[in-house]
Amino acid sequence: MTCRQVVELMTDYLDGALSAVDRARFEEHIAGCDGCRAYLAQLRTTREVVGRLADEPIPKTVEDDLVKAFRNWKGKSG
Amino acid sequence: MLRLAMTYVRDPGMAEEVVQEAWLTCLRSLEKFEGRSSLKTWIYGIVMNLARSRKRRESRILPFASLWRRDDSDSRRPTVEAGRFGVDGLWSSPPDSWPESKVLSGETMLRVKAAIQSLPIKQREVITLRDVAGLDADEVCGLLSISAENQRVRLHRARAAVRKMLEEYLK
Repeated sequence: MTCRQVVELMTDYLDGALSAVDRARFEEHIAGCDGCRAYLAQLRTTREVVGRLADEPIPKTVEDDLVKAFRNWKGKSG
Repeated sequence: MLRLAMTYVRDPGMAEEVVQEAWLTCLRSLEKFEGRSSLKTWIYGIVMNLARSRKRRESRILPFASLWRRDDSDSRRPTVEAGRFGVDGLWSSPPDSWPESKVLSGETMLRVKAAIQSLPIKQREVITLRDVAGLDADEVCGLLSISAENQRVRLHRARAAVRKMLEEYLK
C-alpha cells in the first residue's frame, strides 16, 4: 500500500469497515510511516473538534420558549 | 438538534423554530414511538424531516442557487491533493502535527462551523449526524436511506475537507 492509498482508507479503518486482510496491510503501513500516522492523528482531531460543536450552549431565547411550550403542553395533557 | 436543523436551513432563527417544532412533535407523538430505533435516532429523524420540508419551502423562494454547485459527495476521487505525494505514491510533503492550544481555540471552532456549512448537503448531513450528534453508522444509513458504503464515502469526504481547512489555518 502507498501513502496515497492509505489516506483514502482511513475513514473505513476508523469505522472498522476494512476486511481483515486490508486492515492488516493498513496497520503494517501505518506502523512504519510517520506521515500517515500524522494524517490519521489529524483526522481523529478533526472528528473531535467537530464533535465539540455539540457542546455549544442552546441560545437562551430558545431555551425559554421550549420551557414555556413544555409547561403548556404538560398543563393541557395534565 | 440545532446543528442538524442548520444543516438544512441556514437562517439560525428558522433553525431554532424547527427545533422547537420538533420538540413539540416529539412530546405529542411520544406514545407513537415504537422503540424500533433508539429514541435519539427517532428524535433526529423528526428534526430532519421538519428541516427538510422547511428547506423545500425556502428553496421555492431562493431558486436554483444550489444547483450550480458541483456535488462530488459520492465520488471516489482522492481527497488529498496529488501534489502532496511523489510518483511512488509516498508523501513528498507529509502533514505536520498541530499545536494543541490553537486547535482548541474559539476561532478554530468558528472556522470548523463555517467549513461544515460550506459542504454540499449530502456530506453536511452525514458529518453532522455522525460527528456532532454522535449517531453510529447504521443509524445514519437508516435515517438517510443510504448504503453503508455511501455513508462512509460522504463522511470521508466531509472529514477530509474539514481537515484540509484546519491544516491551512493551523500551519
